[in-house]
Amino acid sequence: MKRRSTLPGFGLSLGLTLTWLSIIVLIPLAALFLKTFELSPDQFWNILTSRRTLNALKISFGLAFAAALVNLVMGTIIVWALVRYRFPGRRLFDAIVDIPFALPTAVAGVALTSLFAEKGWLGAPLAAIGIKVAFTPVGIFIAMVFIGIPFVVRTVQPVLIDLDPEIEEAAASLGANRWHTVSKVILPSLIPALLTGLALAFARAVGEYGSVIFIAGNLPNVSEIAPLLIVIRLSEFRYADATAIAVVMLVASFLIIFVVNRLQRWAQTRVPAH
Amino acid sequence: MTIEVKNLVKKFGTFAALDGVDLKIGNGELLALLGPSGSGKTTLLRIIAGLDWPDSGEVSFDGENALVRGAGERQVGFVFQHYALFRHMTVFENVAFGLRVQPRSIRKDDASIRARVKELLDLVQLDWLAGRYPSQLSGGQRQRIALARALAIAPRILLLDEPFGALDAKVRKELRQWLRSLHQEINVTSIFVTHDQEEALEVANRVVVMDKGRIEQIGTPGDVYDNPATAFVHGFIGESIVLPVNVSDGRVRLGDKALKIAADGASSGASKLFVRRHDMQVGPAGSGSLEGSVRQVRSFGPIQRAVVALCGGEIIEIDAPRDRELQAGEIVGLEPRRYRIFAA
Repeated sequence: MKRRSTLPGFGLSLGLTLTWLSIIVLIPLAALFLKTFELSPDQFWNILTSRRTLNALKISFGLAFAAALVNLVMGTIIVWALVRYRFPGRRLFDAIVDIPFALPTAVAGVALTSLFAEKGWLGAPLAAIGIKVAFTPVGIFIAMVFIGIPFVVRTVQPVLIDLDPEIEEAAASLGANRWHTVSKVILPSLIPALLTGLALAFARAVGEYGSVIFIAGNLPNVSEIAPLLIVIRLSEFRYADATAIAVVMLVASFLIIFVVNRLQRWAQTRVPAH
Repeated sequence: MTIEVKNLVKKFGTFAALDGVDLKIGNGELLALLGPSGSGKTTLLRIIAGLDWPDSGEVSFDGENALVRGAGERQVGFVFQHYALFRHMTVFENVAFGLRVQPRSIRKDDASIRARVKELLDLVQLDWLAGRYPSQLSGGQRQRIALARALAIAPRILLLDEPFGALDAKVRKELRQWLRSLHQEINVTSIFVTHDQEEALEVANRVVVMDKGRIEQIGTPGDVYDNPATAFVHGFIGESIVLPVNVSDGRVRLGDKALKIAADGASSGASKLFVRRHDMQVGPAGSGSLEGSVRQVRSFGPIQRAVVALCGGEIIEIDAPRDRELQAGEIVGLEPRRYRIFAA
């Protein structure tokens, strides 16, 4: 006898899910890998270990990680203020957090570049004290911080809202001071959400193209990000070269996301949802 | 530790959660704050704990002003209705928390903390759960861990906010007995908040009945049950039959019918007659000053519960012994054995 389920439609929804994910995600990725087989292993290795490729990867991943860390810290502070305090304009600030989500990245890039250019509002005073932002790695870093901030805020916010104020009262009545309450009770409860936010902000920063290329200056080996190098190779009709770099980015991103996911899983078993 | 509360007032907006509360609690008491939701009982408990602050009034512990101290400095153990355990810590670390966050000057070394936690887990009979996380425990176990955690700081007062409110009926019953024997063992001045009269009467030495931010009556469980001071207390504690009556010249009338009961000094005018369900004597028709027809009878255990429609139209429920089985449709005479009359 056929077993009945109280939730019909399993076959249909599973089929749709697999088909859709294959068309949208898996097949393009497979094509990417296949394309690299046009290269011999030697060629592949030479492309990857060329100075320009290595530097581009280093710039992309290094700066993205640094930006994600800064976003983690600042995002947590912003979430804290938005969730825990009532102040005039709170809803406005809450909406402002989403601007990097919504803004076309090219617009963000142009805005940041004009702001941080040597004659710009922020660029001029910074140049006066000897810090050059636009057309340097610092500019890339700033653009990555800009586009990453909502990821941390929006992942941590609902978790902090859900955090029962009673546990803070419990800590206080047990004699914990504010520092102990924050460091031993509140932050550990937020760790899974913080790790997710970090991973998302990092992934977004690694893949960011639009806003970065305007402010970066794009000097090979100095301020050239890996996605841009891919575009350059494509415009030179060196498709296999481009896909080789792309594959490395793909694998590296996947590994990093995987590690963060494991960390998150580990933290979650320590802080079960309920 | 004795606690004294004087003329406490606390308002949330225009709502007066506490409206002039005076209360003295003796050393080693186990006191229940009983009242419906919104009666101010939890607010009073939170103010004593230092989790809330009154608009005016005094709170003193052993004659010392407690309001100048924060929650952490009052040495008060607080048990929350929903446990408020730290989810990311094991049971052991939860209980140890209060000891680990003590100022370095008085903090015990790790070995004595471990010994103390072990001792507390033994006390609540859950030492075998030390390595688990709160999410792996049942409700009753969580509440006992929350209690062990509160006791770790050697509190001078133990405060429990609806400690059994989130538990199912059977576990509640077990924990009540357990809390009472635990209190006998550790003998810390304890206050617990409840809206469950049975819980208050069964566990506490003294019961404080509250309504609308005021104390209605303070007394032993027997006192508040047998001699309710106000109509509210009579209605809130135990099942009551309430009939609208008129008192004049020392006589009590229900509608146009004079009852044979004395007014007991109740002032003239519209009043309410309160009778416990089991204090209504049931006899054959014409045997009492009230008459009614039995609508429905259900028997369980030693009693039968009958729904009776009085001649005036009021419907009441009475509990009668099962020496004479009542029948639906039967006309019976009723006479209050014990009763109270309060001005309406």
